[in-house]
Amino acid sequence: MNAMGGEAIPAGEAQVLRLGRLDLVADPAGALFIPDEGMLVVADLHLEKASSFAGRGVFLPPYDTRATLAVVARLVARYAPRAVVALGDSFHDAGAHARLEVRDREALAALQSGRDWLWVTGNHDPEVPRAAGGERAAELRLADVVLRHAPGDNGTAEIVGHLHPAARVRLTGRSVRRRCFAAGARRIVMPALGALTGGLNLRDAAFRPLFPDGVTALVLGQRLYAIGWPLLLPD
Amino acid sequence: MPTAAALPPAFTAWFAGRGWHVRRHQLDLLASARAGRSALLVAPTGAGKTLAGFLPSLVELAQAPDRAGLHTLYISPLKALAVDIARNLEAPVTEMGLPVKIETRTGDTPAHKRARQIARPPHILLTTPEQLALLLAHREAETFFASLRRVVLDELHALVTSKRGDLLSLGLMRLFALAPQVTTVGLSATVREPEVLARYLVPQRAGVAAPDIITVKEGARPHIGILESRLAPPLAGHTALHAMEEIYRAIRDHRLSLVFVNTRMQAEFVFQELWRLNDDGLAIALHHGSLDAGQRRRVEAAMAEGRLKAVVCTSTLDLGIDWGDVDLVINVGAPKGASRLMQRIGRANHRLDEPSKAFLVPANRFEVLECRAALDAVAEAAQDTPDARTGALEVLAQHVLGRACAGPFDADAFYEEVRGAAPYAGLSRRDFDDVVAFVATGGYALRSYERFARIVRGKDGLWRVANPRVAQQYRLNVGTIVEEPMLRVRLARPRRAGGMTVVRGGRVLGEVEEYFAEGLTPGDTFVFAGEVLRFEGIHENEVIASRTAAGTDPKVPSYAGGKFPLSSFLASRVRHMIANPDDWHRLPKPVANWLMAQKMKSRLPRPGELLVETFPRGGRYYLVTYPFEGRLAHQTLGMLLTRRLERARLRPLGFVANDYGLAAWGTADIGLAVTQGRLSLADLFAPDMLGDDLEDWLAESALMKRTFRHCAIIAGMIERRFPGQEKTGRQVTMSTDLVYDVLRRHEPDHVLLRAARADAATGLLDVRRLGDMLVRVAGRIVHAPLDHLSPLSVAVMLEIGREMVYGEAAEHMLAEAEAAMMEEAMR
Repeated sequence: MNAMGGEAIPAGEAQVLRLGRLDLVADPAGALFIPDEGMLVVADLHLEKASSFAGRGVFLPPYDTRATLAVVARLVARYAPRAVVALGDSFHDAGAHARLEVRDREALAALQSGRDWLWVTGNHDPEVPRAAGGERAAELRLADVVLRHAPGDNGTAEIVGHLHPAARVRLTGRSVRRRCFAAGARRIVMPALGALTGGLNLRDAAFRPLFPDGVTALVLGQRLYAIGWPLLLPD
Repeated sequence: MPTAAALPPAFTAWFAGRGWHVRRHQLDLLASARAGRSALLVAPTGAGKTLAGFLPSLVELAQAPDRAGLHTLYISPLKALAVDIARNLEAPVTEMGLPVKIETRTGDTPAHKRARQIARPPHILLTTPEQLALLLAHREAETFFASLRRVVLDELHALVTSKRGDLLSLGLMRLFALAPQVTTVGLSATVREPEVLARYLVPQRAGVAAPDIITVKEGARPHIGILESRLAPPLAGHTALHAMEEIYRAIRDHRLSLVFVNTRMQAEFVFQELWRLNDDGLAIALHHGSLDAGQRRRVEAAMAEGRLKAVVCTSTLDLGIDWGDVDLVINVGAPKGASRLMQRIGRANHRLDEPSKAFLVPANRFEVLECRAALDAVAEAAQDTPDARTGALEVLAQHVLGRACAGPFDADAFYEEVRGAAPYAGLSRRDFDDVVAFVATGGYALRSYERFARIVRGKDGLWRVANPRVAQQYRLNVGTIVEEPMLRVRLARPRRAGGMTVVRGGRVLGEVEEYFAEGLTPGDTFVFAGEVLRFEGIHENEVIASRTAAGTDPKVPSYAGGKFPLSSFLASRVRHMIANPDDWHRLPKPVANWLMAQKMKSRLPRPGELLVETFPRGGRYYLVTYPFEGRLAHQTLGMLLTRRLERARLRPLGFVANDYGLAAWGTADIGLAVTQGRLSLADLFAPDMLGDDLEDWLAESALMKRTFRHCAIIAGMIERRFPGQEKTGRQVTMSTDLVYDVLRRHEPDHVLLRAARADAATGLLDVRRLGDMLVRVAGRIVHAPLDHLSPLSVAVMLEIGREMVYGEAAEHMLAEAEAAMMEEAMR
């Protein structure tokens, strides 16, 4: 199977959201597109997570970077964005970029070419090496919305990553656990896009202070499924 | 010809002093040992097997009073059994004043004692397969085992059917390499093909003599029958509620009864129901693996002291521990295998020359047939031992790492050693090399982790561990038992204080599977540890439950299906029984009538054929078939059939399966499609479904992902989680699912995926058995188009409502959940 072309990412319909004065398109693959800016936002790519584990003698399949970049490539092909924002934890550790294989490095460069690319810094990658191309910033402000890696105080509307939200949904005795967007009135927490990145249940205490007015899970699948609190289960 | 004269006088005197005479097989074993030959002892429970196994060691040690170093290693599948045997051995040793030191080594053995055992080994060490693996990986292994003469493998028939058996067989080959003079003795319950079992005991190499096989004739025939009950067994269900009064009376009329059931849930239910009837206040206790260990020990002690009247138990009491003076065994539900039944019956009257007494209590009509078949098998002393295993690659991976921890090895020589192990006799060099590459650097084809290697090949051509941390990693990961994630059940009543939930710590009652807890909603009542509990919630990896008022009924059905699939041996007997009306007079009247009705309304499935019934019911169209291949194989068949029906545009909606058959249904008329020639049953059931269809389904199957997770843990790809570590099993499961997806997409032929597929074939998916069945019935599929459901089908149809999974069910479910939310919002 061709690794670049063969990634199964849903081609289903996206969903339109509004946060502050910003119109957003939530894509079922787990990204946001901001039409007014021509901007694609992806979060928590955690590139080279597997090779990071290998250093501890845990040999996960070393294909996570190419799998993750393939998803980004499909999103870029779908939206042809003028700019891409990677919302932090793009690299799993400080040495991750240096460990990129040549083909993955080239794939990343191809994605960056002809458009603006912004690495928002995260706790895993406080410093993104120059070799990774693009620009760096701790945060980005669009209209009245801030884009940053980890949630800030509840003052400004914001789009963040960091928490890797996942939802567990049960109906008629069966349950499904999937990555999701966590969407509230003033904040959207994006799902992690990294191929080997696990998820934190939306019912976890860490989410509680972030959504004082309630939260909806937009669960990833062939399309986005909007599931409210009563149907969300803890792990 | 061995005679009692072969025994030293001290031994003869000891036997005489107890009023015993030395038994034939005990002398035979002695003779084999003296001739330097390994042996398999096949004997029923109560034949003095264990003493026979140790007798040659004791005789030899008695004659060499100054001998130092390890002489005999005893391996048992259960820690408790090792401890029990050590205790039993002390009696002859002390009474004869033998200079023999006996010790156990289990997970509970304190560190200082373990260290001392390495420095100054006992003569006889009793341990488990996992502890043996750890000892073999020890740097001192070579010295420690150099003096070893004998290995005794207890309950060999039980060990060899699992991955633990694979691990043990590899360990045994190591022992032969370290101590070439070793002879082995395997102790086994009666099996069908002792020659197959005996292969485990010696290296599979030209020039190595096959072990002697010593068989002890069955003792007194057991008195065994189906418990007569006033009420007829129902068509479906697993509670045996209809026979509870009779079970209670049987308990009352005997000294000590063991009531065996197949699952923990059944144990809870039966215990609960017996106490409901217990007007005489009989001391009836409960024993199963999920109960708190302290609780179990108390029940065992009370049993041994004769303070109990009955114990309701699961297979935790299956294996040969002698707990007390049991005079009746009651087996609730179908025994699932003739050998298992014999083993359980053997718990009663633990003496060879007295008959054991046992009752079978079938819980439904299919089980009546199964029980009848099992009784016939027992009467003929026929056995249904499972086939020999093909060694698992993930277990080999663990062994390779352990081998490197003990010291450098040469790959060629090690390959030959490994192939000496019976389960690995057919191991290809490619598989072996792939496993070694996996252990070294992950074994990935497109990119490797050379610089992080765990084992490296030096200039001398030998493999060795790259650093000491690797050995530590190995020790934490040893063993082949991957526990299902469990949650502790704590008795407490959570209070809300200032928006926070405060749990006041109460008693821990035991553990439940995480999946069971997941299915509960606060307020649900369920049975656990013999009480009806109210589920309060999950709090920090514990299930919080409170006591309910007396008389509360449990709301959540507590039966979750049998763990043991119906053995193919019993299945074949059941098929013959159904097909043969002359045989039906031996069945209870309601069951015979049920089969008669089937004969008139539809037809009887004949042994060599597969009956497929189709009929409409309630706006749906059903297909019901009766392969009798066990629930796991039927589930796999159901998954694959619904895929094919979907492709044939017959719009399947779901299916259910039990041990005997399966029912699939949809919105298009399946029967009409067959009679009009639009659907060929031969094609629908063609064995090629195990090709692409299976592969497609595996991609998304949760069972396959669970299988992969087990393999990945055993092979050491991912780390085991231990108590105290943050992540719950659920989170770990999720991340191995991601690993599975990535690996499957990028390297579908990776050795660990091959291992997982092989495991699925015999494990959770039982593909092998399904494949055998499809080939067997090819060209002999009989269609019975019916106007309405048949008598046999009712027993399968009653399973409906328990499960429905296939294809895009997850997407449907999410869409439904969303719709349910909308409906609520619009109200």
